[in-house]
Amino acid sequence: MSDVLYHDRIVALAKSRAGAGRLTAPTASARRDNPLCGDRVTMDVRLDEQGHMTELGHEVRGCALCQASAVALAARAQGRAKSDLDALRREIEAVLSGTADGEGDFAAFAPVRAYRSRHDCVILPFEALKAALNGG
Amino acid sequence: MSFDVASLRRQFPILARSVNGTVLHYLDNGASAQTPNAVLDAVRTYETTARANVLRGVHALAEAATEAYENARADVARFLGVADDEVIFTGGCTASINLVAQSYGSLLKPGDEIVSSVLEHHSNIVPWYQLAQRAGLKLRPLPVTDDGRIDVSALPSVVNDRTRLISVAHVSNVTGAVADVAAVVAAARAVGAKVMLDGAQRAPHGPVDLPALGVDFYAFAGHKAYGPNGIGVLWGRKALLEAMPPFMGGGSMIGSVTFEHITWAPPPRRFEAGTPPIGPAIGLGAACRWMMDLDWTAVGSHEMGLTQRLMDGLADVKSARLIGPSGLQGRLPVVSFVLDNVHPHDTAQILDSFGVAVRAGHHCAQPLMDRFDVAGTTRACIAPYNDNSDVDALLAGVREAVRRFA
Repeated sequence: MSDVLYHDRIVALAKSRAGAGRLTAPTASARRDNPLCGDRVTMDVRLDEQGHMTELGHEVRGCALCQASAVALAARAQGRAKSDLDALRREIEAVLSGTADGEGDFAAFAPVRAYRSRHDCVILPFEALKAALNGG
Repeated sequence: MSFDVASLRRQFPILARSVNGTVLHYLDNGASAQTPNAVLDAVRTYETTARANVLRGVHALAEAATEAYENARADVARFLGVADDEVIFTGGCTASINLVAQSYGSLLKPGDEIVSSVLEHHSNIVPWYQLAQRAGLKLRPLPVTDDGRIDVSALPSVVNDRTRLISVAHVSNVTGAVADVAAVVAAARAVGAKVMLDGAQRAPHGPVDLPALGVDFYAFAGHKAYGPNGIGVLWGRKALLEAMPPFMGGGSMIGSVTFEHITWAPPPRRFEAGTPPIGPAIGLGAACRWMMDLDWTAVGSHEMGLTQRLMDGLADVKSARLIGPSGLQGRLPVVSFVLDNVHPHDTAQILDSFGVAVRAGHHCAQPLMDRFDVAGTTRACIAPYNDNSDVDALLAGVREAVRRFA
C-alpha cells in the first residue's frame, strides 16, 4: 500500500530538498537518466586534495523516492572519501534486497523492497554520483 | 439502445479480482486492454482441439489450425474493411511498423524523406530514424499544437516532393487526439507519397473503415484491442505489398528455393516467415469479432461520457493540468494529466493503493514530453468495460496524491 511506501520520513526527505541545487564550481558532475521512466538526476561533487567529498549538490527531475534518495545520499556521502561510495551503494542495495536494515536515513527505504519496479528510482542518484566520480 | 456495462463487465473474468484489498479499477487499457471470454475461449479451443502447425500439414489438426488461422485473418480484414490477402500477421504493432521500415524502406533512395510527428510513440520514430541513418534519408517531424494534436497546418512546410512516406498515429497514445487523416492523405497525394497510420490506440475503439481513410499502410496490436499478446497486424495495399521484398527469411514465405535462386511467396505469406503466432492470431480474430458485435454508437457514447466525467473531475483539482484536447471533439478516451509538484510515478503509486491501474511516465513519447516540458504524465485510458466507479476511484486517488505531496 502507498501509505507504507510513502511513509512520513520518505515524504519529509523528498520535500526537504536538502542539498538540492547545482554547485557553482564542482570538481566533478554527471547526469544519469532512467530511460524507462524519464527520470533524470544530476550530481555535483567537490573533492578536496585527499579525495574527500566536501560538498555535494543534486538536481532531480524524478519521483519522491528518487528525490528522497538524492537527499539521503548527499547527506551520507558528505565528508566521506570518494572510495566510500561503493560501500554506500552496497548498503542501499542491501536495504532494497532486505538483507540489511541500513543506517540513518537509508533505513527509510526499506518499504521500497516490495516494489521492484521502484528500485531504480532509489538507485539513480547513486549511479549519477558514481559517474561523476568516474569522470562523467 | 442503452449500453449495459454490468453485463459487458461479466465477460471479463479478470475484472472480478481485487487489488490491494479493493475493487480493481483497470484504466491502463492504452498499454494493454483486458481480454473477454470470447477471446480466451477461442484460444483455448485451438490449444485443446486443434493445436498444430498451419499451412503444410494434411492431418486433421493441421487442417483445423489452418482453417482457424485463415478465418482469423478474414475477421481482421472485415474489422478493417479490406481484403483478406492484404492482412499480415506480425508480432505486434512495433513489428508491423518495422516491417514497413525494413521492406518498403529498402525501396527508398538517399535524399528521400519520411515525415512523422512530434507526438509519436517511439515505435513510430525509431524505425524511421534507423532507416534514415542506414539509407541516407531525412526524417522530418510535424509539430504538435498546444492542445496535443498533430499540427496539420505545418504540412505544406514539411511535406515536399522528396517525401515518400508520412507515418503518424491515428490516435495519440498520450493526448488521445485523433489525427486529421484527410489532411495528411491530401498532402501526401499531392506529392505522390504514401501514408501509414499507427492504429494502436484507435483499434480498441471499434471497426476501422480503411477504404474511407484512404491510407496505404495500417498497423495495430492485438493486446491493446482485447486480444492476446504477441500478435499484431499490418495492412497494406495489395499493389504495394506485391512490390515489397520480404524482410525476414524462413519457411512459408518462399515460392521455391535452390542454392542458386529463391522466389518469394505472394503477400501476405511473403511477410510471415516461420511458424506464425497461431493461437494469438486466432485470439485476435475472436477479439475483432467481439468488437464487431458491439454497438459502437452506444459504446462510444459510454466511453466519452466517462471521459467527460474524468475531465470534469480533474478540472476541479486545482493543481491538475490536462495534456491534450480539453473537449471531446476529435479525441478518444486516452486522458493524460500532470499534477503540480507530484511526479506521475508517485501519482500512479497512490492510485494503485486505490485499486486504480494507470500508466505513468513518458509513454515512449519523449519528443512530446519535451514539447510540453514535462518529465512524464499520468494516463488513464477508458475501455468499454469501465464504469463511473473506475473514474471516481481515480479522482479520489488524485485528490489523495495532491494531499500527500503537493
